[in-house]
Amino acid sequence: MKSDSAPAGGARSGDATSGPPLAIVIEKYADTGVVIHTHRLHGDETVVVHAEDILDVMNFLRKDDRLNFDMMMDLTAVDYLDNQNLNPYLAEMNARFEVVYHLYSIGKNHRIRVKAPLAEDNLFINSITGIWGGADWFEREAFDMYGIVFRGHPNLKRILLYEKFEGHPLRKDYPKTKRQPLIGPRN
Amino acid sequence: MTDAKKDYDFHKESHTERMVINMGPSHPATHGTVRFFLKLDGEKIVHCETEIGYLHRGFEKHCENGSWTQAFPYTDRLNYNSAIQNNVAYAMTVEKLMGVADKMPERGVYIRTIMCEFARMADHYTNLGAAALELGALTAFIYFVEARELVWDIIESVCGARLTSNYIRIGGHASDLPENFKAHVKKVFATNRELYEDFDKLLTKNRIFLDRMRDTGSISVEEAIQYGFTGPCLRACGVEYDVRRAQPYLLYDQLDFDVPVGSTGDNFDRYLVRMEEIRQSMRIIEQAIETLPEGPINIADPAVRQPSKEGVNTVMEMMIFHFKNEIEGIQVPRGEAYFPTEGSNGEVGFYLVSDGGGKPYKCRVRPPCFAMTQAMGRMVEGAFLADLIPTFDMINLIGGECDR
Repeated sequence: MKSDSAPAGGARSGDATSGPPLAIVIEKYADTGVVIHTHRLHGDETVVVHAEDILDVMNFLRKDDRLNFDMMMDLTAVDYLDNQNLNPYLAEMNARFEVVYHLYSIGKNHRIRVKAPLAEDNLFINSITGIWGGADWFEREAFDMYGIVFRGHPNLKRILLYEKFEGHPLRKDYPKTKRQPLIGPRN
Repeated sequence: MTDAKKDYDFHKESHTERMVINMGPSHPATHGTVRFFLKLDGEKIVHCETEIGYLHRGFEKHCENGSWTQAFPYTDRLNYNSAIQNNVAYAMTVEKLMGVADKMPERGVYIRTIMCEFARMADHYTNLGAAALELGALTAFIYFVEARELVWDIIESVCGARLTSNYIRIGGHASDLPENFKAHVKKVFATNRELYEDFDKLLTKNRIFLDRMRDTGSISVEEAIQYGFTGPCLRACGVEYDVRRAQPYLLYDQLDFDVPVGSTGDNFDRYLVRMEEIRQSMRIIEQAIETLPEGPINIADPAVRQPSKEGVNTVMEMMIFHFKNEIEGIQVPRGEAYFPTEGSNGEVGFYLVSDGGGKPYKCRVRPPCFAMTQAMGRMVEGAFLADLIPTFDMINLIGGECDR
């Protein structure tokens, strides 16, 4: 595990997001191999964990009294196809995708970003709908756009696109000019 | 009476126990394209399934294929009722990523705050007016449409567009405020206060309106947080979470304003919270205009904010930057950033990833009404079909924002 920090800057509220969350997570998972990487960039604290440990980490973040992340603000994914050098650990793990969670605690007024890298041949990650019910549609959207399968999701199907849509449009190898069979060729 | 008649069971024979109806995607009461599959028992909703996606335009894919600046018109079309707020949220995230946010001149910060609050007013006018309309109060709707027109006149005088403003730029603004801005706002506020009074008198103590709004669409605090509610709908439950207060940006830590909270989390509280927020927005604008400083409105760095036309035509370096910004796009250093702002509807946060080039590698927006629309089923199940209308109104689903 390595930790590097960049100067906090930019937004006026940059420092409001800094604080103990990252330190507590690092302390809790020291020497367990769960945490792959941590960083603090522009005041945003980020922890990267192994996808198979996501439920454990999320449960800890939700339930620990010092953290108490009661809100799952955002869930999305990023496709690092051919750009794995943007995050050094991705190339080491041969991971193409990253699921990104943004959590917020109303009581503590702090935030954290959790990321879980996924390899292309194993696009499975456990669903966190059991911890935050509101993750339901967000996970469906990540499935819709990137084809990431959330294990244990109660109703994993496309949400913004229709069922007969072919492919996952936000993947970097989905051509922006591609036409769908139901739409037909450009005339 | 024969045996056959004695055994006659009306419900069983007439097959009226459950009725499945399809509401939307183009239904007069669901402004915004959304589809509900409803299973009804008489007039009661037994099950409600919500289907969205009818307005999906591929916002993220568009942004990834244009320069950082070219994303602005797309952000306008997220929550088009408060387009400037989306502009500001996006611009501030890019500025955070570039590490230049603290270089924004004071006047620029003031202008952004003022314009954000105008957008909030326009959004709440639309939302409350449309809700009144759908509950049968056409007169009230007309009053708030007039108020919104006047706000749009101000926005038009600033940036030339009424709805999709495309006003904010990375590191600055498209143009400065017009000369008679202060007098114009003062005049509009006088009219808007009267219209507000009229609207308030027509609805807030109106028996029919109260019957439709009170105790409908309720949700508990715990559930609202579970679902990721933010903005007026969360505050109506009694949670005082407002990004402007919790993690202040722009000028919000220097201005005096109240964050209204409700107690029951029903539709009427959501209505009251929004009504009060209109007044608070006016308060914020009045304070900001009073102390509005003179000076530049853009960051004085040609690599961030396009140099002025005059500079481009007279100074060689400016022209080089102009060329590079146009052809290669503004260069944003490698990294990732999430920046939360308080939209009219809740927390609007952009999550941007840059690969160090002129295009966003990833441009994600957290849509507040997306999180709330998924709770529609939970809020209307067990209620009357007619209760779906005010609940859906108060959630304020904006197709452009929800479906992106």
